[in-house]
Amino acid sequence: MTQQHTLSVLVENKPGVLVRIAGLFSRRGFNIESLAVGPTEHEEISRMTIVVNCEEHPLEQVTKQLNKLINVIKIVELEPAQAVQREFMLIKVRADADTRSKVLEAVGLFRAHVVDVALDAVTVEASGSRDKLEALVRILEPFGIKELVKSGAIAVGRGGRSITDRTLRPLERSIA
Amino acid sequence: MTEQSSPVPSKAHAPSPLDIPARTAAPKPARTGAVNAGGATAPPAGPAQSGPAQPGTAQSGTGQPAGARSHGAAAHAPVKVTGAQALVLALERVGVDVVFGIPGGAVLPAYDPLLDSKQIRHILVRHEQGAGHAATGYAQATGRTGVCMATSGPGATNLVTPLADAYMDSVPVVAITGQVATSLIGTDGFQEADISGITYPITKHNFLVTKPEDIARTIGEAFHLASTGRPGPGLVDSAKDAMQATTEFTWPVPFDLPGYHPVTRPHSRQVREAARMITEARRPVLYVGGGVIKADASSELRQLAELTGAPVVTTLMARGAFPDSHPLHLGMPGMHGTVAAVGALQRADLIVALGARFDDRVTGRLDSFAPDAAIVHADIDPAEISKNRRADVPIVGDCKEVITELINAVTTDHEHGLAGDYAEWWVTLDQWRTKYPLGYDEFEDGSLAPQYVIERIGKLAGPDAVYLAGVGQHQMWAAQFIDYEKPRTWINSGGAGTMGFAVPAAMGAKVGLPDAMVWAIDGDGCFQMTNQELATCAIEGIPVKIAIINNGNLGMVRQWQTLFYNQRYSNTNLGDRKTELRGTRVPDFVKLADAYGCIGLRCERKEDVDAVIEQAMAINDQPVVIDFIVHKDAMVWPMVAAGMGNDDIKHARDMAPEWEATD
Repeated sequence: MTQQHTLSVLVENKPGVLVRIAGLFSRRGFNIESLAVGPTEHEEISRMTIVVNCEEHPLEQVTKQLNKLINVIKIVELEPAQAVQREFMLIKVRADADTRSKVLEAVGLFRAHVVDVALDAVTVEASGSRDKLEALVRILEPFGIKELVKSGAIAVGRGGRSITDRTLRPLERSIA
Repeated sequence: MTEQSSPVPSKAHAPSPLDIPARTAAPKPARTGAVNAGGATAPPAGPAQSGPAQPGTAQSGTGQPAGARSHGAAAHAPVKVTGAQALVLALERVGVDVVFGIPGGAVLPAYDPLLDSKQIRHILVRHEQGAGHAATGYAQATGRTGVCMATSGPGATNLVTPLADAYMDSVPVVAITGQVATSLIGTDGFQEADISGITYPITKHNFLVTKPEDIARTIGEAFHLASTGRPGPGLVDSAKDAMQATTEFTWPVPFDLPGYHPVTRPHSRQVREAARMITEARRPVLYVGGGVIKADASSELRQLAELTGAPVVTTLMARGAFPDSHPLHLGMPGMHGTVAAVGALQRADLIVALGARFDDRVTGRLDSFAPDAAIVHADIDPAEISKNRRADVPIVGDCKEVITELINAVTTDHEHGLAGDYAEWWVTLDQWRTKYPLGYDEFEDGSLAPQYVIERIGKLAGPDAVYLAGVGQHQMWAAQFIDYEKPRTWINSGGAGTMGFAVPAAMGAKVGLPDAMVWAIDGDGCFQMTNQELATCAIEGIPVKIAIINNGNLGMVRQWQTLFYNQRYSNTNLGDRKTELRGTRVPDFVKLADAYGCIGLRCERKEDVDAVIEQAMAINDQPVVIDFIVHKDAMVWPMVAAGMGNDDIKHARDMAPEWEATD
């Protein structure tokens, strides 16, 4: 059965790594639902959060093929129950003097924030689960959405343990 | 499938340390002094040499080979060199003795110090593709990493085919390319191509180096990656200005490969489980792939086969891993495999895959492949396991270690009175083997059967010769009708199916094994793709023997047109359509050989075949090309048609074997 999986991938912070990963997905016929990349607490390492839609068996292949890339240091699948997953969204909504208060009310209900106000529109920032953001979009749609930007999902495991801990210690030695 | 037998050249090959920079730096006396001071004590050993013996090198994170420390502080004294000198020094330290290549603008700096290297012989090829396949042939014949070199842009893109080829067949090759200067990268500069970007999907890993201080380490890493774990090609693209700038050379270099940890040691519980399945099976098959040759595990394989009594099949990449003369050997499985080998896999209750990858040419239609078989799959690359066929017992590890541990585990089972009884299985297998041996028809008009030619070459040249092939009918016949007794005596383009592979790869194999008799079995179509390397062979003194199986056609494609396209021969005839001559005479291969400084011979009649082969075998100071004119309608049998299941194998045209023959 097709299911959504979230992979946390620690990679070397080097040029070309994103292309290698994206290329591997397209070459092997895997679909990326979303991808977010950024630095970690260690400057030599970047962390990618990749959401894929696939069955269990292809997921195993995705993970194994990713692991073969020399620049990939570690891959962890984050189970939804054991992880916190968030997306971030900026949304520009039509709002004039008549509708602004209604828009702001909706924004408030979703604990989103207005980050920019113009005469005919407001820009809202919101973060949360995919379901929450989709619900917010549905509520704001009737007012008229002028522009919408979404980040890929980022996620981190719950609890005190860190997936970078054990990986980083040997890495520091090799860099030194 | 890892750990090359011995990438370590003898100490005698070690460079007289650093005499390269000493000589090339001669106009700059001040620097020469520093060079000599450091060079006198520099250790000849390097990580890539000791790497395979120490897979922990990269894992430990320090990258320091244990031996390095014993050389003392003087060994690490940095030496002032150019980036290009560092490149050549690093190549020497990782043990390179031969480079195949062609210079050009961006790689010029590297060629200058190369001229002075006493250790490295550079062989000037005529086309970069030839350099790449030569490096592959060298690597496949010797087990050492092959090296090719090219300039930026078109020079580098001409390496794409051989790199893709080496990637598909897991061959340790390192390509060194020059790149335009850093300031020009990304500007569409003259002869600029993003070769690292282009080769991402066809290399195990590649590097773009823009800083001179990174060159030596990158070379060390590239060779380490190419030759360890699942071997594969690497590419190091060095910007011209990085090669021209001054840097310090130190060796050994610490690796920076935090994400590379090949697993070579198999999980012992999995191995015990596999052994138990072997002893409990009634119809097992050892399905042997190229990984066994790469892991240098042929003698272990033989022990395991003889210990268990299980039948062995060897894939196209594994021909020679197990002696063809051995009674446990059923031959090659797959699209053109023997009936016994294909049937054995189909009816098996246990398949033990060793360094094989369930390629579509072996399995046929996957959903009808070996329906009753449990699968033990051992491979050094975890991604191969369960990629195509789900494994019941996955074993990640080097084939040599896996098979050794399997032998131990099976022996233990035997000691506890558990041994497989395959007597009934062998009755069936022997029936198939006797009833459907490999064979071919001769032609009534007296023209040559290509299979006969290839069979005679195999018989006369014997099991010590090294055989290479291009791709197509002649390749399949060479896999079928030559008896291989030893690993690394059969070299071909298996995964990629690269026409034009044979001539340059034979050149590389002969350079790697100068004392071996090297035969390239080639087709007239293949031969015309890369025959310019005959010039290289003639001039560099590389006396290969090339047998062109000249049917004047792209034979395998023609066979498919005969079988599946209603004999509509669209664009497969390479010959002159106006004459009745067999084979193609344009070009005249005998004259072509002559023009290239090789001996050219032609053979058109069966009674002349032995004599011409013997004549070629007697010539050892020049390359020989034999133009065997053969009948165009010979076909490769048996055959499983593409998209069909293996049960639908035909052992001859419209002839299906009876599986449940006698009982």
